[in-house]
Amino acid sequence: MFLITCPYCGARDEHEFGYGHEAHIVRPTPAEYEQMSDAEWAQYLFMRKNPKGVHFERWVHTKGCRRWFNVARHTVTHEILAVYEMGKPAPQIDTEKK
Amino acid sequence: MVEAYQRRSALNHFGLAARANQGGHATAGVILGESAHRTIINIRGDANDAAFTNAVKSVTGVDVPTKANTVNKAGEVSILWLGPDEWWVVTTPDRSDELVPALRQAFQGQHAAVIDVSESRTVITISGAKARDVLARGISLDLHPQVFGPGQCAQTGMSKCNVLLHQTDDKPSYDIYVLKSFSDYLWQWTEKIATNFGLAIGA
Amino acid sequence: MTAQKNRLGQGGRIDRTKPLRFTFDGKIYYGYQGDTLASALLANGVTLVGRSFKYHRPRGILSAGAEEPNALIQLGLGDRTEPNLRATQIELYDGLVAESQNRWPSLTTDFGAANSVIQKFIPSGFYYKTFMWPAKAWMFYEKFIRQAAGLGKGPTEQDPDRYDKLYASCDLLIIGAGPSGLATALAAGRTGARVILVDEQQELGGSLLSERTAEIDGKAAADWVAAAVAELTAMPDVTLLSRTVAWAYYDHNSVSLMERVTDHLGPVAGANQPRQRLWRVRAKEVILATGAIERPLVYSDNDRPGCMLASAARTYANRYGSMRGQRAVIMTNNDGAYRTALDLTDAGVTVFAVVDLRSNPQGELVKAARAKGIEIIAGHAITGVKGKLAVTGVDVMPLTADGKGVTSASRHIHCDLVLSSGGWQPTVHLHSQTRAKVVWSDDIQAFVPGDKLPGQNNRSIGGAHGVFRLADCLAEGHAAGSEGAAKLGFGGQSGQAPTVSDEPAEEALLPVWIVPSDKPVGQGGKHFVDYQNDVTAADVMLAHREGYRSVEHLKRYTTMGMATDQGKTSNVNALAIMAGLRNVEIPSVGTTTFRPPYTPVTLGTFSGIDKGDFLDPIRKTAMHQWHEQHGAVFECVGQWHRPYYYPKPGESMHDAVNREVKAARTGVTIVDATTLGKIDIQGPDAAWFLNMVYTNAWTKLEPGRCRYGLMLGEDGMVFDDGVTSRISENHFHMTTTTGGAPRVMSWLEEWHQCEWPDKKVYFTSVTEQWSVMALNGPLSRKLLEELTTDIPLDDDSFPFMSFKDGHLAGVPVRIFRISFTGELAFEVNCKPSHALHIWRALMQAGEKYDITPYGTEAMHVLRAEKGFIIVGQETDGTITPYDLGMGWIMAKSKTDFLGRRSLTREDTKRPDRKHLVGLLTDNPNEVLLEGGQIVAHVKDKPPMDMIGHVTSSYYSPNCNRSIALALVKNGRNRMGETVYLPYEGKVIPARITEPKFFDLEGKRING
Repeated sequence: MFLITCPYCGARDEHEFGYGHEAHIVRPTPAEYEQMSDAEWAQYLFMRKNPKGVHFERWVHTKGCRRWFNVARHTVTHEILAVYEMGKPAPQIDTEKK
Repeated sequence: MVEAYQRRSALNHFGLAARANQGGHATAGVILGESAHRTIINIRGDANDAAFTNAVKSVTGVDVPTKANTVNKAGEVSILWLGPDEWWVVTTPDRSDELVPALRQAFQGQHAAVIDVSESRTVITISGAKARDVLARGISLDLHPQVFGPGQCAQTGMSKCNVLLHQTDDKPSYDIYVLKSFSDYLWQWTEKIATNFGLAIGA
Repeated sequence: MTAQKNRLGQGGRIDRTKPLRFTFDGKIYYGYQGDTLASALLANGVTLVGRSFKYHRPRGILSAGAEEPNALIQLGLGDRTEPNLRATQIELYDGLVAESQNRWPSLTTDFGAANSVIQKFIPSGFYYKTFMWPAKAWMFYEKFIRQAAGLGKGPTEQDPDRYDKLYASCDLLIIGAGPSGLATALAAGRTGARVILVDEQQELGGSLLSERTAEIDGKAAADWVAAAVAELTAMPDVTLLSRTVAWAYYDHNSVSLMERVTDHLGPVAGANQPRQRLWRVRAKEVILATGAIERPLVYSDNDRPGCMLASAARTYANRYGSMRGQRAVIMTNNDGAYRTALDLTDAGVTVFAVVDLRSNPQGELVKAARAKGIEIIAGHAITGVKGKLAVTGVDVMPLTADGKGVTSASRHIHCDLVLSSGGWQPTVHLHSQTRAKVVWSDDIQAFVPGDKLPGQNNRSIGGAHGVFRLADCLAEGHAAGSEGAAKLGFGGQSGQAPTVSDEPAEEALLPVWIVPSDKPVGQGGKHFVDYQNDVTAADVMLAHREGYRSVEHLKRYTTMGMATDQGKTSNVNALAIMAGLRNVEIPSVGTTTFRPPYTPVTLGTFSGIDKGDFLDPIRKTAMHQWHEQHGAVFECVGQWHRPYYYPKPGESMHDAVNREVKAARTGVTIVDATTLGKIDIQGPDAAWFLNMVYTNAWTKLEPGRCRYGLMLGEDGMVFDDGVTSRISENHFHMTTTTGGAPRVMSWLEEWHQCEWPDKKVYFTSVTEQWSVMALNGPLSRKLLEELTTDIPLDDDSFPFMSFKDGHLAGVPVRIFRISFTGELAFEVNCKPSHALHIWRALMQAGEKYDITPYGTEAMHVLRAEKGFIIVGQETDGTITPYDLGMGWIMAKSKTDFLGRRSLTREDTKRPDRKHLVGLLTDNPNEVLLEGGQIVAHVKDKPPMDMIGHVTSSYYSPNCNRSIALALVKNGRNRMGETVYLPYEGKVIPARITEPKFFDLEGKRING
């Protein structure tokens, strides 16, 4: 079971959290999406990274403060390399790290 | 005015008052009870904005706790930290009708919110030398006195329910806030565990 | 009566004043308090304890611990019987009943042993090769094979025992309480760090409990253990757990333990205690002091009862005093086995000889053995074992100069105990469970832990990482404890490291993976590698010949390393043999990745008390008891229990639902609607937000008014619906579906926090702040009027889709005029603590109108008569509002809302998607099956082209016929067409209609 450090409540067991999806996906504005082809829209809507290595992803502290936040997690070792608040840029991490 | 008999606590049907009279408190490892009808008011706002914190203080007499997982208390009113912009004002029963409008009035002109949630939860109280042993069966938080003590609170899971846990003294005693629809389950679950540690029912 | 013929006259940690009676295969024996079943059986001279899995070979006790592959026992009777327990780990108690397994009719006469005669014809892979063709026949073969293969038997009754589970946290979790673990615990505990020390055995001490001569800090090993345990016990923040196995090491230092709380007391003693306890520990650092497991040598017929690990015999003699009168021959490739030779001799056990595979061993222990008069036969091998049900002797031959063969000069030694030692494999299981690597050590010819995984914080010490000298283990333990505590900020003194004097130096071991015999491997005797799965060296060779050469293939082809022991004594031997065949280094064959559990775990511990009523929370509304008292049948809606219908005496479900449905359209009815999700929304951007999450427009909704909304995912598919009301300019009250409540709350928060954090709005779940009871029916207004003085109920003052605050039956309420039935309806919202009072007041006042409570089934029928959808029933995540025929709810003027862009995707705007339609069967009494597939053309047998399915189907008493809703391809363009529902044995025709069946003009909403 992961130990995830909520940026607000501190370290808690994984069962308190919900996994969202890949982080840093920005919703196109109506002006943008009106111009997008179906294929481009599908990129935003459906296509997600699935790296073997560091993954930037969004979690929510469901049983705690209900805040969403970002996690950089290694998908093989499950090492949590960073936890940072929503709206903050992704930290510089060697994403090739094995 | 509603007659007392018309108002029922969530755990009323377990006959706790009668059971509290059966005694055994002196030797019990754990004392369980219900603290019903508590006033619980959810407030949202910006803790860095003095207007907000002043408004809360002016109505409740309590400073808004900005440290995570802590509780500030003055007189009969406590404010519990729920999140970076969310708190509960908790006090004795039947004060929502007075406090909710007062807070709303005090927040005029700010982006802050007030909503009464008193009726959504009941409070299971647990106290005694073996209280931690009972809680460890359902809560994954580290409740060792060096880590979690009086004046601290946490929203977490207990058994299969979401709760807010608040340690109120170092006996230790805790308040467990739980949604009423889950309260039957959580009470019975806790009681079954507590039976193994010497259980008495508190008044 | 308590004669134990092989019990030594003195010594051991057993309590000879407490004899215990037990039975094995129906025969009565006695042992002592402190025995394991294995040590007691050995003390009674019982060496035959089981039959092997495949060949039904007679087997004895191999080991003295968790690695035992042979001595698997059926323990206990009736509802408490438990199969496949290791006799080496069963603590003896008075009245213990044990049975051997995998034999019929008895252990000495076993018909299954015929497999042994035909063993040439059932080599590895036999089952795969023979029974997998034709593919279909496996189903037929399987049950016979399973029957023949079964080991023990599970109980058929419910488990009567109580189980406990809990969470725990600590600074250091130390796994293994041998010398390394104890030294760690002392060093860390003295600093004030919070320590949990666990050991799977009944006593802490590990290998020290089997020591006869070792001294630590000038004390006998056992005395040092006692002093250490006493010191640790006195530390308030140190938890000592014996009889506790750390069976799983999960992410981020999360370790699962199973404590056997009362197993050692027998089945009756557990009344006030749980039988077993699951600990879920989160540690800041984990110290793996799990020791090492001795490897058996792979020699001819090495599985005969009486063949044992050298260290096990030492444990049985020293710790349990149970090897009296035995006559042993020891074969070894290392110095360690000489400790067994010395200790057995000191204990009075005859050691005829040590057969050393090395040509000229000169270590200090070897010299000590020689000085004691023990014969050392160097450069020799045991080439055969005599005796079938018990060892009667061994053949010993000189090894050739290259060590790969033997010369013919044979010597026979009569004995009843053959001990072997092939070196030691560190117990790396928990390290490996973290998915960290293990690496090969040439020094000790074994796998040792590699680097720990990032994100875990652990350290292997002592035997667990290949350090075997006692002094080194103690020093490492002390260092791990003091450094671990210091890193975590505990500055206290950790005291002196324990010291050992005069520990003899040892020479290197000689790797010998197959002990040669006078016949080629595979002919003559069997060289067992994996005892539990009956895998021999010849099977490994066969796997190699057939191309199954990597560890993964080897394991699956031969079944090596599977079952309860998971190859604890066999993995390295098998890998090494394969490496030899492939002529490569051992690690290049691969290594085994160990997964939980280390040893089998009782399922009861996973549930603890969370079974029966505690399996999952049952959510109840404030009116639940009333429903129960009035005969409601309940339906599970998520975790909620909701009244399904309220049968009167003698009524069937059909009768009751019809009565309830009719009452809603003729009189007045009441339904508990508390479970709907409710979300309080406040802030200046609240209306903006609603415009984004709903498809319709919200800006102009007036305070006091309500509006229905559909919520879409960004993919344009419907995912929730509900009515939202405007309390004041910046304050809304949203309702969601019962099942969707948490999902919608999370959805709103995610968009707010992650995408639009600048918008000024707050969301709070108030689902349980309100109890809700809906009154439906033409008489509902009349009833309410009797109970309120401050809420005007006429259409002008209180129009449809508005709400009013006031009082009902003397308590505050908020009443919404909304309707899920199409009837005149009022939803009364009140405080849950008042709910029962109001409900009773309504029932009392409504008696004269024959007020009818109804449940979820009637609710569904009523809304289906009107064609109202239920999200999750008419929708399944692939349905757009247009598919539902709800284009009217799509705001054309809005430039943005969630899902908007997706509705113009080529696939989403197709005119021939599946549409919501009604279905009317030709036979009005035929009620279609929900989920039933629809076809346009019937063929004589499947497959047929399916064009849709039935989403809702009921008998409607108000329409006097069956009605159904369905999703049908291009359905709106098929009005009036007949489609077919092929069922088993019949085909039902139905006509496509509009999805609405009653009150088509919508006139009834005002009563």
